[in-house]
Amino acid sequence: MTLHLSILLWLPAAAGLLGLFAGRAARWVTLAGALLALAFSIALIADFDTSAKGLQYVTDQTWIAQLGIHYKLGVDGLNLFLLVLTTLLFAASVLWSGLDRVERPGQFFFWLGLAETAVLGALLAQDLALFVVFFDLMLIPFFFLTGSWGGPGRVPAVLKLVIYTLVGSLLMLTAAIATAVLAPGQGTTFVLSELAHRTLGTGSQEWIFLCFAAAFLVKMPAFPLHGWMPDGYRAMPMPVLAVFSGVLSKVAAYGFLRIALPLFPQAAAHYQELLLLIALATILYGSVLAFTTTNTRLILGYSSMAQLGFITLGIFALRPEGAQGAVIQAVNHGLVVAPAFFICALLAARAGGSEDLRDMGGIAARAPVLAALFLIVALANLAMPGSSNFVGEFLILLGVFNAKIVISIVAFTGVVLASVYTLRLFIRSMHNRVGPNVVSRDITVSDGLVLVPLVAVILAFALYPQLALHKGEATITRSIQPAAQAAAQPQIAATP
Amino acid sequence: MTPKAPIIDWAGLSPLVALLGGAVIVLLVGLLRPRFVREVIVPLLALATFATAAGLGIWQWGEQISLISGALRLDQLAIALMWIICATGAAAVLLSWRAVAPREAAHGEYYALLLTSAAGMLVLVAAQNLVTLFAGLELLSIPLYVLCATEMRRETSLESGLKYLIIGSVGSATFVYGLAFLYGATGSTDFAGIDRALNSSSLVSDPLLLTGIALSVVGLGFKASIAPFHQWTPDVYEGAPTPITAFMAVATKAAAFGAFLRLFDGALLNAQADWGPALAALAAITIVVGNVGALGQTSLKRLMAWSSVAQAGYLLAGVVVATKLGLQATVFYLAVYLFMNIAAFAVIIIRERQTPLGDDIAAFAGLGTTAPLPAAVMTVAMLSLAGIPATAGFIGKFYVIEAAIDGNYAWLGIVIVIGSMLSLAYYLRVVAAMWMLEAPEAPVSTVTGRPALAGGDLDAPAPGAGIEVYAVAAVFGVATLFFGIVPSPLFDLAVKVGSSLTSLF
Repeated sequence: MTLHLSILLWLPAAAGLLGLFAGRAARWVTLAGALLALAFSIALIADFDTSAKGLQYVTDQTWIAQLGIHYKLGVDGLNLFLLVLTTLLFAASVLWSGLDRVERPGQFFFWLGLAETAVLGALLAQDLALFVVFFDLMLIPFFFLTGSWGGPGRVPAVLKLVIYTLVGSLLMLTAAIATAVLAPGQGTTFVLSELAHRTLGTGSQEWIFLCFAAAFLVKMPAFPLHGWMPDGYRAMPMPVLAVFSGVLSKVAAYGFLRIALPLFPQAAAHYQELLLLIALATILYGSVLAFTTTNTRLILGYSSMAQLGFITLGIFALRPEGAQGAVIQAVNHGLVVAPAFFICALLAARAGGSEDLRDMGGIAARAPVLAALFLIVALANLAMPGSSNFVGEFLILLGVFNAKIVISIVAFTGVVLASVYTLRLFIRSMHNRVGPNVVSRDITVSDGLVLVPLVAVILAFALYPQLALHKGEATITRSIQPAAQAAAQPQIAATP
Repeated sequence: MTPKAPIIDWAGLSPLVALLGGAVIVLLVGLLRPRFVREVIVPLLALATFATAAGLGIWQWGEQISLISGALRLDQLAIALMWIICATGAAAVLLSWRAVAPREAAHGEYYALLLTSAAGMLVLVAAQNLVTLFAGLELLSIPLYVLCATEMRRETSLESGLKYLIIGSVGSATFVYGLAFLYGATGSTDFAGIDRALNSSSLVSDPLLLTGIALSVVGLGFKASIAPFHQWTPDVYEGAPTPITAFMAVATKAAAFGAFLRLFDGALLNAQADWGPALAALAAITIVVGNVGALGQTSLKRLMAWSSVAQAGYLLAGVVVATKLGLQATVFYLAVYLFMNIAAFAVIIIRERQTPLGDDIAAFAGLGTTAPLPAAVMTVAMLSLAGIPATAGFIGKFYVIEAAIDGNYAWLGIVIVIGSMLSLAYYLRVVAAMWMLEAPEAPVSTVTGRPALAGGDLDAPAPGAGIEVYAVAAVFGVATLFFGIVPSPLFDLAVKVGSSLTSLF
């Protein structure tokens, strides 16, 4: 069976474009596109050949011959589950916004569709230039979505967000061009599989790696580069925030595994400790702030930051188990954070429109279904044994334990802190004293239409995490191998 | 023995002849009385002239010939840049169709000056000799000084013309002084002769040569608005009639960079060690100054002026590296610059004629809801100028950065992206105003007559934004998007142009 990835890639944008001219039917057109993309990606999982080495369903066309840029798409164990996560969360987000009332729906759904295509493009791209194109393009739909449909203070917030994150992305642009131009060999090429054979000298590798790392760390966001996050999160409309937090940060983590480690193994080994320390700082900083802040969005935002810190930690353990844990955790976190933001919107609707934790409390009283769903999400977020998040965090910590034991010991506190801030969020909103304006009521059918499938996926994944582990194992190990070797043999890494 | 006249290849010279001949015809037809002739026939003739010149360029494409005993050279570089100039000229004619400026300055003169200026640009980009280089520069500048001041009843227009005249003259004088030094150092006014002289002798750090290079950089820097010789740009751009601003922004830049390429990547190639680092430093300064200057602007014409300074810096990076890739990238970027800039100016003109706010950014508030299509074009133009993927500006920037890294100027590549980051702050401000701010409360009436400076007609009807302005906006906006997704045709063009400076590799 051949599955053309271009269809998957362009379907959401095409549906969005169609919706632009569909007037009031825009949401249904876009939803159809998003659901078809979801079905397509599920078909990919079913059809995926676990035993095959390398990329599958490859599409390879020359895009700009003069620069050696190809339109090359492919799927392997690294991006397979992130693709499904993306299509799932976007479908949920489109459905959720479709059930709500949005102003200027044509434009809203057009941007949402374009955003999905851009994210899928970044995940599918097997050409460095194509990756950069989609990675930078991702931001533009979110610029419009936040700036036009966001909450108060949206315009300054979104300008800050875009400029902050594009700073990294544009550095990456230069770095990507330098990778291709400075690589030894005949002619210029941007195709990743070719670049992997043309290893750069150590000196060039280091500055190029740092540029890439800057782009990815800003996007995540990681500790010193997270300045855009609080304002941006506060201003974004909730369904948009769910995909932004659920998917975009994962693309950054994915970028490390797809691009930075295979192409610049010596530099990755060289900066391993720096990146581990940044990840550690991110975990601790995110956890502490998630524990102290009272805005529910920001609790989830800082908690995401901490989770992304774990993912980075797993990647830069530079060991197969750590990287595998990172990939699983990326999927898990996306699955958890999107319904969490949705619940956060439901809580705000029950607390008189306030998203502040101090105005909530006692919401569980007449909302048993909401409370149950929230509890599942919360337990998954704190990596309860039995959840898939537990598997992910375990593998990550195992990898770090094998690589740098001191760092792993500090990182363990992050796990503890996760349960503290997650349970605080749950208890203070659902139980405790009833808040001043709280009107407890259970979820409606249309809320359930979005929320229940997402929670069901969390449960299914908890029961059967091997699905992702098994399909991804071979590729993840391969992508980490050069860097792992370089880390194991520092004396070789030192020579150019 | 009587001296023999040089052989003139009329076929090769035909585009230039067409432009100058067209200018004369337009001037004469403009003298006729009927209003229809002046307001319709004259601009149509000007359009036809630009089309003829561009068409003759297609006919001569592929030739690499020397004209008038080595004074000019017709090759792909000259023709490609001429296309850019003619496209800009044609767009300027359409944008001027209902504008105030030609009505006040008389249609015949206005369009004839536009054509003469374009002819000067063609001479400049085809020049093979220091003398023709200077002649071309003056032929392009003098009509522009006049054109800037054609809205005779508006103070700022006159100010703009005068300012441009004075500063432009300083630039020209510096330039001709520099050319004299170059001649003194190398003993030749011919580019090939200069190249030979630099190749054979040890002139490399000859003070005469260095002074000549420095002064000609300054002179060309004035024309291309390279920092620190850019101070005139915001004032002149703001004051000049907007169609002329659009013409200046694109065509003058194309011509000036054509001259840069001819002089530095052609004649002075062997002295690259001397001028390379200096030009690279200027490029970096220009990028930073232009982008920082644009940050606080509220007038869009001033904003575009600062942005054009910044873009000049990006273009200069392609000249600095002195490689074939650099040449290609420069020409490619100029073509891209044409699309995005004209699209932006067309929308600015639409708003200028619809609201009393003129070119202030407030005129764009809420445009996304009141007029989505012009707003979409402006959005594409702004994103392209900022270098966002899926627009031609991204590919252009990509190419320039690749050329910079390939030419061992990786740091200049970093400066370019830092400039792009700064630029996002003001380009996105325009986009945000259109889509994210509310439209002004009361629907504002159209523009009233302009203040009379010299007994003007206060009640003259304000020009409306006709279909032709929308057409220009649409065509160039679509081109910006199209070449961002399918850039190969432009790349083919750029690669062919790359073969015209044979000494580069």
